[in-house]
Amino acid sequence: MTSTPHPPAAPAPSARRRGAGALTQALPFLLPNLLGFLAFTFLPVLACFALSLTDYRLAPISHLRDLREQVEFVGLRNFVRLLGFRREAGRLLANDPEFWRYLGNTLFLMLGIPLSIAGSFLLALLLNQPLRGVTIFRTIYFLPTVSSAVAVCIVWKWIFHQQPNEVGLLNSLLMTLGVSHPPDWLGSMTWAKPAFIIMTLWATVGGYNCVLFLAGLQGIPEELYEAAALDGAGPWARLRHVTWPMLSPTTFFVVTMSVIAGFQGSFLFTAAFLMTAGGPAGATTTLMLYIYNYAISWHQLGYAAAIAVVLFALVLGFTLLNWRYGQRLVHYA
Amino acid sequence: MIRALRPTTRRRTRALHLLSYLALAAIGVTMLMPFAWMISTSLKAPAYAVEFPPRWIPSEPATVEIEGRVCRVARLAGDLRVAVVSYSPEGAHVQVLAPRSRAGERLVVPEDRLEMVRVVRLRWENYAEAWRARGVRVREAFFGLARQVDGFLVFYLNSIIVSLCVTVGTVFTSSLAAFAFARLRFPGRDAIFLGYLATLMVPSIVIMLPVYALLSNLRMTNSYSALILPAMFSAYGTFLLRQFFMTIPQELEDAAVMDGASPFAIYRHIILPLSKPALATLTTFVFLHSWNDFLWPLMVVDRLALKTLPIGLAHFQDSYTTEYHLLMAASVIVMAPVLIVFVLGQRYFVRGIVLSGLKG
Repeated sequence: MTSTPHPPAAPAPSARRRGAGALTQALPFLLPNLLGFLAFTFLPVLACFALSLTDYRLAPISHLRDLREQVEFVGLRNFVRLLGFRREAGRLLANDPEFWRYLGNTLFLMLGIPLSIAGSFLLALLLNQPLRGVTIFRTIYFLPTVSSAVAVCIVWKWIFHQQPNEVGLLNSLLMTLGVSHPPDWLGSMTWAKPAFIIMTLWATVGGYNCVLFLAGLQGIPEELYEAAALDGAGPWARLRHVTWPMLSPTTFFVVTMSVIAGFQGSFLFTAAFLMTAGGPAGATTTLMLYIYNYAISWHQLGYAAAIAVVLFALVLGFTLLNWRYGQRLVHYA
Repeated sequence: MIRALRPTTRRRTRALHLLSYLALAAIGVTMLMPFAWMISTSLKAPAYAVEFPPRWIPSEPATVEIEGRVCRVARLAGDLRVAVVSYSPEGAHVQVLAPRSRAGERLVVPEDRLEMVRVVRLRWENYAEAWRARGVRVREAFFGLARQVDGFLVFYLNSIIVSLCVTVGTVFTSSLAAFAFARLRFPGRDAIFLGYLATLMVPSIVIMLPVYALLSNLRMTNSYSALILPAMFSAYGTFLLRQFFMTIPQELEDAAVMDGASPFAIYRHIILPLSKPALATLTTFVFLHSWNDFLWPLMVVDRLALKTLPIGLAHFQDSYTTEYHLLMAASVIVMAPVLIVFVLGQRYFVRGIVLSGLKG
């Protein structure tokens, strides 16, 4: 060991001085990360709340020389504009109807999450059998997860391709199967969201969730199954009364993380940005894209921050509800 | 558990295994299909990229040159090889190439009796063209080290620079901080750690907006620092490593303290060597995340010289909107290295997810 010689510590006279000594000892380890964490994570969270109370505007980054900032404290005006309703000719109208629409889009696209989780669970069951070469399949299923989202989206845009005289791969397959008029997936108000859900399913079903389920399955002691079998439990009963409860902590974790990730929808942001530009007519615009548009395309950082705060509140609200009620369904062995 | 399974049970198990294999294979084919289609299209000539029904193996009509004219080769019903010379209202004018005995014979046949002959043609040159990425030409790149760089090399080197710096920075600072949180006692430790934990749940856009505003104000957008610095201090890394460091038995450390080892010596010579799996996991995850990151570079960089692969590929898509053979070649160029590394090291990677219960 090439440790530097270190004098034996003198017995500390008081708890307070010991604390101060411990702090000086810890600071060299802590500071590099802590300073960065404060500057680029912790304070920005607080700053985002502050920003959301202002009317902050910023010139685009390519025109930095003409940068003109305009900061004005506007109180809760952003939130009134975002979440508020007004009565007009006896009807209740949203101040920002687009926000509600894009929130609806985000929630609609999140319908893919239960499908994806159920798929991951089934895949994990399949992969958990003592079959030769099963690792190869696991590797294949995981490939989309490590792939660049941008490349994945470009490939899927090509798969969904539909032009008057050209059909992409998916529609070719559908036509071979006898569908005479397959939809123009990305160009249709009705089909753009389902197209995104299909693509997300492909991208996520064999990913992290599946690996976590698989690990959970492998952690269930064999004795439980043997005992259940001795009691005369069939495969279904074993799945229902052994696998499912034993796996519930994993399921809880997977659901929580997936929903949090779903609200942020970074993959869907990439997809909407590259494949449809949020269209057609806003059909695939999610809250993330809406925030991006306000912040970067329209340079209204204050309002963007307000939407981000609302997104945060949604995530927080879900997490709290989930801890309060979802936790009850979890069986801790 | 039971030595001899009854034959029916064994038969049933075998049937079940066969069914499982079928299901696994069917899903596997579905998962691979987009990749296969991407590679297939990337090797096609533009005119044959879209065809119905789709062809998986890139092929083009076979041609021969007859009397200075390029003619398509078709097969006549009756298995004669012929070269189509020209079309006219009464049918196709063909000149027989084979069999030898009838070579040179000219005839007119109805068009529907011809079956075009195709040959496999893999256009690897698409990759060269995609790599050059016309229009991507950068005067000064990589801290001014390079005078002029073209094409995907710009994006590749930027991605390497950014991802390496982010990964080294994260692993280094996170492991130091994690050591302090896991192995040292100091006032305020738990409160600070709680602060770290609390930010884990915050949507990343909440953090990005103010940082973007800050960097804009400091005139720091369009710089490597903007790409690297904010990504270098992840609370995630600190959390992950801290959890792992906690599991290392205290006795090892006590023995070293008795020998008069300083905290840094303990960190360097006890904790780090024992945490290789966790460090490897963090390294892979941070690198992969940084390599594939799209939103942050999109926000802070719009100069070509600084674009990383994901936003470089997006830029490429803007200028090659309809040239799908080149778009697919570019996608392969971007995807391939990561996929190869993953396939080679997947065991490690998957173990890492399990180890940490960690997610994107």
